Amino acid sequence: TAGKPKLHYFDARGRMEAILWLLAAAGVEFEEKLIESSEDLDKLRHDESLVFQQVPVVEIDGMNLVQTRAILNYIATKHDLYGKDMKERALIDMYTEGVADLGEMIMLLPLCPPDQKNAKLTLIRERTTNCYLPAFEKVLKSHGQDYLVGNKLSTDIHLVELLYYVEELDSSLLANFPLLKGLKTRVSNLPAMKRFLQPGSQRKPPGSEKSLEQARKIFKF
Amino acid sequence: MSGKPILHYFNGRGRMECIRWLLAAAGVEFEEKFMEKPEDLDKLRNDGSLMFQQVPMVEIDGMKLVQTRAILNYVATKYNLYGKDMKERALIDMYSEGVVDLGEMILLLPLCPPDQKDAKITQIKESTTNRYLPAFEKVLKSHGQDYLVGNKLSKADIHLVELLYYVEELDPSLLANFPLLKGLKTRVSNLPAVKKFLQPGSQRKPPMDEKGLEEAKRIFRIK
Repeated sequence: TAGKPKLHYFDARGRMEAILWLLAAAGVEFEEKLIESSEDLDKLRHDESLVFQQVPVVEIDGMNLVQTRAILNYIATKHDLYGKDMKERALIDMYTEGVADLGEMIMLLPLCPPDQKNAKLTLIRERTTNCYLPAFEKVLKSHGQDYLVGNKLSTDIHLVELLYYVEELDSSLLANFPLLKGLKTRVSNLPAMKRFLQPGSQRKPPGSEKSLEQARKIFKF
Repeated sequence: MSGKPILHYFNGRGRMECIRWLLAAAGVEFEEKFMEKPEDLDKLRNDGSLMFQQVPMVEIDGMKLVQTRAILNYVATKYNLYGKDMKERALIDMYSEGVVDLGEMILLLPLCPPDQKDAKITQIKESTTNRYLPAFEKVLKSHGQDYLVGNKLSKADIHLVELLYYVEELDPSLLANFPLLKGLKTRVSNLPAVKKFLQPGSQRKPPMDEKGLEEAKRIFRIK
């Protein structure tokens, strides 16, 4: 039965936000069932909806898909955002994983013990400026095309999402990367993305003390 | 230009071993160039061979691929170990990622501070017995087929069986209550290409020892 995909997560970015971005960019309407308590999570586990007892889980096309990458790869394939052949997919995967590596550091920053936070932040800035952004700028420079792979929108969505988070951390980090800034603008202006970036969309704000506390309660850590 | 894939890493399992397993299971011969000192890593970085300055890196079909998942997905697609359609791929991805989650805990154990090691091992054993092995046993039970997805060998089975060997190394009793997983392990191990890979003298790497850990730390400049 085709219905809207249903996303089960708590009310924060976490590991679900990349999925929201991708669905939004693909122009796919989706529903969200927010987990608000540890009992909500227990219920999902009890219902046997979660292969590894974890969220995110997305109900889509008759499947209860868990594991962020499994979900993202399925959506990308279904909506033609995964390149035209296996070599393009290899490049897309390579770039997506690089985005995930830096994105993971940024996502986990709020969980960092206070005495280690400054060191972590310095590391993130250094990797952003010296490793990740130059790598992606170089790709765009190498072919001069509008998108990272095959002159067509694909993992650009993940990179642009990351660029927004880098900008939130420190807007000066994007300063020396004109092609990345161009990509960010270009992707942000795609009609589906433009809508998603408006206030009132399903896009989640940065984490707060409150959302961190809620996460601790729900996931018991 | 096709030649054998060339794997760039240090002489240990690390993040390259699953790639070795997959290539081996696919019957693909490969070469290895081992980094033995930090300068070897520097050279790869300075050559521009490493997109994110990291290994593993595999030279294959004219590409210098980095990022383990990118490499694995390409190899799996090329050698027909990635299911027949996007729904099968979704299941394969789901199961592969579960294997990675547990595998990562086991992989990083040698880097664990000594005073935290026992707690970490307990956590790994608990996750293994209560979360991961039951999940995979349940999949096999649900369809009664020989392989996890689509009644055909895929990367998911190969990754899982590799993991089962590591679980067994940690504690053989952990596999005790999972007959279908034991059956899968035996079945996959008996495939000719895998059987060869499991013999002494193959390119399969042994568990990391103190010496290997020191070497890795030196090469990657980890304190």
